[in-house]
Amino acid sequence: MPSKPFLSIVLGNLKLKNPLVLASGVMGTSPTLLQRIALAGAGAVTAKSCGPQAREGHPNPVMVEWEHGLLNAIGLTNPGVDEEVPLLEETQALLKPLSVPLFASIFAGTIDEFGMVAEKIVAAEPDLIEVNISCPNVNDDFGMPFAADTDSAVAVTQAVKSRVGDIPISIKLAPNVPDIGRIAQAVVDAGANLITAINTMPGMVIDPDAVQPVLSNQTGGISGPALKPIALRCVAEIARSVSVPIIGTGGVTTGRDAVEMLMAGATAVGVGSALWYRGPEAFNLILKEMQSFMEEHNYRSVKELIGKAL
Amino acid sequence: MLNDSTRWITLNRSIQAVPGQFVMAWLPGVGEKPFSIAGMDPLSLMVVDVGIFSHALHTLEVGDFLWIKGPLGHGFSLEGDRLLLVGGGYGTAPLHPLAELARKRGLRVDVCAGASTEAGILLIEEFNQIGCNLSIATEDGSRGLKGLITVLVTKAMKRNSYDSLYACGPVGMLSALADLCRLHKVNYQLSWEAHMRCGMGLCGSCEVSQAFDPSLPPGWLACYDGPVFIKRWA
Repeated sequence: MPSKPFLSIVLGNLKLKNPLVLASGVMGTSPTLLQRIALAGAGAVTAKSCGPQAREGHPNPVMVEWEHGLLNAIGLTNPGVDEEVPLLEETQALLKPLSVPLFASIFAGTIDEFGMVAEKIVAAEPDLIEVNISCPNVNDDFGMPFAADTDSAVAVTQAVKSRVGDIPISIKLAPNVPDIGRIAQAVVDAGANLITAINTMPGMVIDPDAVQPVLSNQTGGISGPALKPIALRCVAEIARSVSVPIIGTGGVTTGRDAVEMLMAGATAVGVGSALWYRGPEAFNLILKEMQSFMEEHNYRSVKELIGKAL
Repeated sequence: MLNDSTRWITLNRSIQAVPGQFVMAWLPGVGEKPFSIAGMDPLSLMVVDVGIFSHALHTLEVGDFLWIKGPLGHGFSLEGDRLLLVGGGYGTAPLHPLAELARKRGLRVDVCAGASTEAGILLIEEFNQIGCNLSIATEDGSRGLKGLITVLVTKAMKRNSYDSLYACGPVGMLSALADLCRLHKVNYQLSWEAHMRCGMGLCGSCEVSQAFDPSLPPGWLACYDGPVFIKRWA
């Protein structure tokens, strides 16, 4: 019998026991929830985004399932960076024995605030800082996402990078931009160590009986199966444009989905809405399915899959 | 109206659910909140007027529409022959369909109901009608024993040997019951209340901390893993 294929990966300066990363905003709102996901088999976990101040988020309904995915507008609910730091420290203590790296996620409304939040979050010593410049659900509060404009994306990257020392940063990009490859190139030139792609895609679900959109925010971010082909295209574009590792995120629910994401050029694979379809067991199920695919096709390591379809 | 602030809302549809499961009720333009299923055929909800949304439900008239998503979550599981049901205030709502099912199967059902005053003791006649053995406690003594419901429960546990305890009510009451059950090694099923948002296990809002019951696993979500938490002693 040949030995099992290697699932472990190297993501920048980090070692992950497998390529699956809990995507930000899904379940990762407390130390114990992040611990639960780590125990469920994730290779790394990303905390819910935190900003300069506490935010309650949008009123209900904040999430709805539709035929081909989910639509959500939680509205960046978070306790604010000052409260987040001790929570992340607590999380680190729970994750250390499990050897699961912790990614922080930050957002802000201005370039200066991005710098401020980044500077504060460093105290929690996260293994990576994801910079969420692409939340589609807070336009009323913050205007267009920074990810929509190359100059703004670059400015945020520089502001964060200059304040976090050695901690690697990953810029989380939006799918609904004319040239995602060029934006990726620009933020990498500005100091990004990785790219996370993609955030959710703006969308709307209407209830015809109610004669109005279902979400209180009217619009939300599409995730789940409908997002996968969009994410694959974006990841492939980015992989052709830059050489930094990509955390490919969007609609991955099965092992085959994860393999597709790797073949599009991702080094790690974000998992979010899959937790609705398959529960926290999604991580172990996806890993098992990946492993059987790799055995069937004689891949010995995840590394061999990266960019294979390009 | 069941009392000054509590309304029984009946829909013109039935729902196939396990007692203890919940629904999300949506009023377009007003909001969306979780409610225990208080009756299945027809679907019924017990609504206490405590905020903007529940107040809007109180102003609904016969024939108005209400949007229902569900059944959601995991409900109670009938285990054993002799059951103790404990309802704090409007926590009796999900216990009522459970009692009905248990009585249909010929199980012995004792019910402890408690509230701060007599007005908060709800669904008593309904439990009586289906042959449950009832005891009541109020904090001000306006009905039944004067004191906390846990006093009733302690007495009942001393008197009888129960296969399972089922409860719904305020978090403090549930914590105290979890302690009692741990002490007496009684299997229990508690329906936890938490601030639910997405109702789909993704937003993380409704985590119930182990501080409330050390038997809960870390990261336990009321909407996804619960609302009913089942503890069986080996």
